[in-house]
Amino acid sequence: MARKNPRVKLERRKFLTGAVAAGAASALSPAARPATSQEAPRAPSALPPSAQVAAAETGIPAALAQSRIKGVPGSDFMVDVIKTLDIKYLPSNCASSFRGIHESLIDYGGNRMPEFLSCMHEESAVGMAHGYFKAAGKPLLTLCHGTVGLQHASMAIYNAYCDHVPVIVVGGNDLDAARRPPGVPTIHSAQDINALVRDFTKWDDTPVSLQHFAQSFVRAYKIAMTPPYGPVMLSLDGGLQQEPIHPREGEKLYIPRYVPTAPPQADSGAVKEAARLLAGAQNPVIVADRAARTANGMSLLVQLAELLQARVVDQGGRMNFPNTHYLRAGPAVVASGDVILGLELTDFWGTVNAFTDNGEDGIGQNSARLKPGTRLISISSSETPSKSNYQNFQRFQSVDVSMDGDAEATLPALIEALKAALSSSHQDAIRKRGEAARKAHAQARARAREEAAVAWDASPISTARLVMETFAHIKDLDWSLVGADSPGFMWPHRLWPMEKHHQWLGRSGGYGVGYGAPASIGAALANRDLGRFSVSFQPDGDLMYAPGVLWTAARHKIPLLAVMHNNRGYHQELMHVQRMANFRNRVCNIGNDIGPVGTAIQNPDIEYHKLAQSMGWWAKGPIKDPAELGPALKEAVAVVKSGQPALLNTWTQPR
Amino acid sequence: MRFAAFLLLLVALDAHAGSADDGKAAFIRHGCYECHGFAGQGGVGKRLAPEPMAFEAFSAIVRNSTNAMPPYQKAILSDADLASIYAYLRSIPKAPDYTSIPLLNQ
Repeated sequence: MARKNPRVKLERRKFLTGAVAAGAASALSPAARPATSQEAPRAPSALPPSAQVAAAETGIPAALAQSRIKGVPGSDFMVDVIKTLDIKYLPSNCASSFRGIHESLIDYGGNRMPEFLSCMHEESAVGMAHGYFKAAGKPLLTLCHGTVGLQHASMAIYNAYCDHVPVIVVGGNDLDAARRPPGVPTIHSAQDINALVRDFTKWDDTPVSLQHFAQSFVRAYKIAMTPPYGPVMLSLDGGLQQEPIHPREGEKLYIPRYVPTAPPQADSGAVKEAARLLAGAQNPVIVADRAARTANGMSLLVQLAELLQARVVDQGGRMNFPNTHYLRAGPAVVASGDVILGLELTDFWGTVNAFTDNGEDGIGQNSARLKPGTRLISISSSETPSKSNYQNFQRFQSVDVSMDGDAEATLPALIEALKAALSSSHQDAIRKRGEAARKAHAQARARAREEAAVAWDASPISTARLVMETFAHIKDLDWSLVGADSPGFMWPHRLWPMEKHHQWLGRSGGYGVGYGAPASIGAALANRDLGRFSVSFQPDGDLMYAPGVLWTAARHKIPLLAVMHNNRGYHQELMHVQRMANFRNRVCNIGNDIGPVGTAIQNPDIEYHKLAQSMGWWAKGPIKDPAELGPALKEAVAVVKSGQPALLNTWTQPR
Repeated sequence: MRFAAFLLLLVALDAHAGSADDGKAAFIRHGCYECHGFAGQGGVGKRLAPEPMAFEAFSAIVRNSTNAMPPYQKAILSDADLASIYAYLRSIPKAPDYTSIPLLNQ
């Protein structure tokens, strides 16, 4: 097959640039312009199209006239639209339903902004985009096959939805039943592919014209990037991608300009009332989950806490508050508060109540954690959900002051209102709270180390030792903990000094297992470009959902130190089955394993190091003796510093 | 009266008389390690060792827990296994002082 003449690309791009410039609201980013000096200067958007451009709008570039498709493919225009939004990567698993735009991206678009990343599973692609955003603050685009590919992607989209992370998902589909190829392409088509994920995306659309696509893509990006962030979905018709552009008489294709929407801020009257309650509290407590969207959010939260000398519980949805700060506290402190301020909480009810899965007749028991009379304040951009099917909004919790607004955007106003509400009469109580907090923080720090010392030399390796051996090798680097998604795996948060926003990226959001590996690699991709060192504690069960993402990391030279939390079982589920057996007074059948039948990952043991090696990683293991861990980490860190991914298959204690 | 007291003493001694080796196996077989770690160091569950709580309190919690841990009644965890598990926990040596571990003082 003959390769295309580069001049063809240039002429096609001229055409589209001209077409866009003629639009009423066009604005192409520099990335969307040809990278060659041969390009004619762009006309200002306010001017009418030149004769040359006007001719191009209705004519066909000479080279393309020789092609089978008589004209400029619609997907070339789509690429121009995409390029205005500064999207750096496109992780995707290839599929026929988006072959038109795929070809345009890599040939017309030069495979730059976005660069196509070869993925082996749609769940991996969305997971990578999820992790990337949390490290870079910028969304990625992913393409997927409209039916089976989207079915693969759906769990990862749900995680992103629950975690308030924007991902631009575009699914290929072939709507025209009379013209689409019979057989598999028809089996893989649907009337409405978006229906599959509509319950857990912020918005979706099915463009039926190129101008419709331009509007919808920019709108989708805007909606995804307005807090609360979330994934969006576009269905992309195969015919629209592949057919030549046929503008209607007098129509000029244009690309709407993207202008970010300012995050919603809470009502000023409610902010003042919240400040009044906080100023008058004897023991205010702040609880934050996804409050700090940026590093500035952390700074604001520190200001607020110091102003009140209020203790802060960081639930870890994001890196909200430095764990070295004396005001950082554990969740138990909620019980002592008389005013609780919740910032972007996933579960306010669960924050102030307890549920014990050990009641009569197999039903759990609820109990309140709060003292009577405790006042509750909420600032949340997602407290009033717009969807009802999936129950990620948790139980309903009544609060005294409920603010619909983005916490980070509202904090400056709350800080100012609080300064106005505080008087000299409050200062003595504030000072005493600070003194008590310093003492409690020092005690908690010592207690964490005492507990970490227990089973220090155990084999399999204790999880406390695992994280501290690792820390010894990365502490002098600009590190970012991009994954530690095992339930109950809290040692990094208890033992590592975490002070920067990128040092902890939060968890999956939807608890959909299989997030850890792709999200870590996506975040590591962002950190690679930002000059940071990425480290993850990779659970064994999580890795086996879609281990092909390891190949993607090696293929695209994404440096990541993955230290395995290989506990050889699905331990959360193991305990659920054990619990059921105990409630029913039956001896639990563990077969030949160490956990109930169906929950162990052993017999045979998976050789994760060999799995990783087979996909291009440097890897070592199994490491069961803690004394062998340090030297192996030294080698692995050197590999990662050289720009390659490295994995240590370390056998650990369960939690 | 003296004979009854002697019997009670024997029962109490018996409760502590399990084998640490048997106890380690039972600790795994009954899933205790899952939340408490193979060495009873704790994790999701509370730390059990070294220096476990008094047997009577330990036994009461295991048999009748209403907290996060599900109760283990005699039908699924015999008195002998319970005693052995306790013996195993008692056999676990004291942890080093964390200040003597350089990695915990970084």
